[in-house]
Amino acid sequence: MDQILSLAAENLLSPIILSFALGLFASLSRSELSIPEAIAKGMSIYLLFAIGFKGGVSVASHGVDGTLVLSLLVGVILSAGLPLIGFALLRVMTDLDPLNAAAVAAHYGSISIVTFVAGTSVLQSAGVDYEGYMVAVAAAMEAPAILAALWLVARSGGAGKMDAELWREILLNGSIVLLVGSFAIGWITGEKGLAEIDAFIVAPFKGVLCLFLLDMGLVAGRGLRGGAGLIRPGLVAFGVLMPLIGAAAGLSAGVLLGLSAGGTALFMVLGASASYIAVPAAMRVALPKANPSIYLTMSLGVTFPFNLTLGIPLYVAAARAFTGG
Amino acid sequence: MQTHEAKRVEITIEAMMQTRLTTALERAGVTGYTILPVFSGSGRSGNWTRSGQVSRASGMVQVICIIRPDRLDTLLDAALGVVESHIGVISITDCQALQAERF
Repeated sequence: MDQILSLAAENLLSPIILSFALGLFASLSRSELSIPEAIAKGMSIYLLFAIGFKGGVSVASHGVDGTLVLSLLVGVILSAGLPLIGFALLRVMTDLDPLNAAAVAAHYGSISIVTFVAGTSVLQSAGVDYEGYMVAVAAAMEAPAILAALWLVARSGGAGKMDAELWREILLNGSIVLLVGSFAIGWITGEKGLAEIDAFIVAPFKGVLCLFLLDMGLVAGRGLRGGAGLIRPGLVAFGVLMPLIGAAAGLSAGVLLGLSAGGTALFMVLGASASYIAVPAAMRVALPKANPSIYLTMSLGVTFPFNLTLGIPLYVAAARAFTGG
Repeated sequence: MQTHEAKRVEITIEAMMQTRLTTALERAGVTGYTILPVFSGSGRSGNWTRSGQVSRASGMVQVICIIRPDRLDTLLDAALGVVESHIGVISITDCQALQAERF
């Protein structure tokens, strides 16, 4: 318990969390502070490239075994399975109709790559190693949750629209292409490649992450302000409970697969995080009648801040306790 | 100067649906259009501003077509098929165009 509290306190006072808190404060207090759209986009490209590249280099250094394939498979199962739990909980805990419950549940099966990046940063600060291929697991967990949500809607008598164009947009969205592509480049070029560009992708990483999270704080604050009327206590409770359930599933997966403490912690982060980029876009096309204010506010305004501040240190401490790492 | 009667159709729609809309327009034979980014607005779905949107799913665009009046119904059928189930507005204005051969 002491370890969890100590890590939580350390995390809460880290520059990245304080930057997020600053953004949140600025937004909630209606400050005019804003990050230009093009700069925010540039920072997200930088972070995805850096995290993918470093993951690929790690795989090149440590080699590949069957655990990689199993981890990908378990990640897909987790992504498809968590929305089913989320849907059942939402129907019990809230007054959402099946359509909106399925749309919200989809977000909790998919992942937030920014939460994942923040998780890797906390692990690095704590000196905990993790399997580099967790980046690939993150990419594999983006899409299955969307299919699970559409199945839930169909089962409830509704219909989602899933066409070839949407498939292409989901599987080849910019974030996935960049993440998997930079992972492949890192894998191919290995330590030698990293040595050539480490001044660009290693040293500035945390500073860029701080600015990016400042922007995320601004966005989360705007979402909270805009969706405040829609988010009732049952939804807030779900937004905190569901990440813990997802993290528990990730913990089980990591322990069963025999992953390191860092790998298990990242599996927990992936299970706990909720998408706010890929899934909202897919939901707008596939389930246009679902209310975007509900699912965006839930994932961005409730679950993302929870994972960033309290969740990640909790997951890291639990992973270390269960794996002995 | 010689002017010609034309219809200006403005379709404000979610950015996610942009490609689907332009594909539907092109299939209906409407190959001329202009796409503009939308900065902010307010409507039945509440206030909205482009500033700080985290994903393209929350963005809006405006597609503007200037066409001959006799092609209006074809365009509207195609546009409505895409816009009907999504957040968006279609408006039509009478206008005058100079270069008739371009529409």
